[in-house]
Amino acid sequence: MKLRNLLVVFIAISALYVMLGAVAELPPYGAPDNPTFNQLTERYIGKALEETGVLNMVTAIVLDYRAYDTMFETIVLFTAALAVMVALKLGEGMGDRK
Amino acid sequence: MKIRDLILKRITTLVLPFIQVYGFYVIFHGQISPGGSFAGGIIVALGFIAYATAFGTEEGRAVLPEKVTISAESYGTLWYALLGMVGIVKGVPFLANKLAGIDLGVPGTISSGGLIALLGIGVGIRVASTMVTLFFTMLEEEV
Amino acid sequence: MTMVDYGNIAMLFILIAASLTVYFIRNLLHAVIVYGVFSFIMAVIWLQMNSPDLAITEAAAGIATTVLMMLVIFRTSRREE
Repeated sequence: MKLRNLLVVFIAISALYVMLGAVAELPPYGAPDNPTFNQLTERYIGKALEETGVLNMVTAIVLDYRAYDTMFETIVLFTAALAVMVALKLGEGMGDRK
Repeated sequence: MKIRDLILKRITTLVLPFIQVYGFYVIFHGQISPGGSFAGGIIVALGFIAYATAFGTEEGRAVLPEKVTISAESYGTLWYALLGMVGIVKGVPFLANKLAGIDLGVPGTISSGGLIALLGIGVGIRVASTMVTLFFTMLEEEV
Repeated sequence: MTMVDYGNIAMLFILIAASLTVYFIRNLLHAVIVYGVFSFIMAVIWLQMNSPDLAITEAAAGIATTVLMMLVIFRTSRREE
């Protein structure tokens, strides 16, 4: 029992060490030479206003460049509501009919 | 009526119009200010949820019948897909905006962005009706 | 380190404390309220990182999910009169 606790503490500390090391290796927040700042970002920042006529760039990406994704996101919400109604409402009605 | 209920109901009636107006503001101004249709739809739904929580489920259902929420839910999705068909009719990809030759308007005004404003209204109505449907379904369900 | 950095660090510690509290707390209703605190602090952090869109969505969606969770607890747990 005592040995097991020691083992758990050892595993937790080593996992924490690995994770903190990974965080320390991350590129700085918002730096212009990050690997995530590629030609896609440049395209969005430079051309979003011209191509969509929208000031808010997040809306431009969500509802214009990625409109197809947003459509299926709403369908996911629709499915969630449908599933809840099927699970909670139809069950009652079937019980009454028996 | 208990005194606690009285305070709750009065405060809810006072605050509710502001919640709703802010929610619709966030939906309609998604193109020019932070926010957007998802957050605005959830705020609109929270207004109805607050009303139903303070005044009881029957009162809430009287304001927003089940038929209305379910048709809003279905026709919101249909509205989005129909707006996407504009591109196909014009001979360009699905959900195209500038490619379909739609006038983008002056940036910074509510009418800017072509289809984006209309798509945003559809998504906002969808999200609001989904939240309200989930709330009423869970509340009315008998354990 | 400026004043804003200290504020950010304090908020991150509040986040950690809030999530630990949600895990260890016994009363489910109190846990949901602490989750509301978590959501609020997260919204302030998003605002601090220059993303007001995410802040508004986090505030609204966090409160909405909190209300739904509270509702589920209200329906499924036994109430003392």
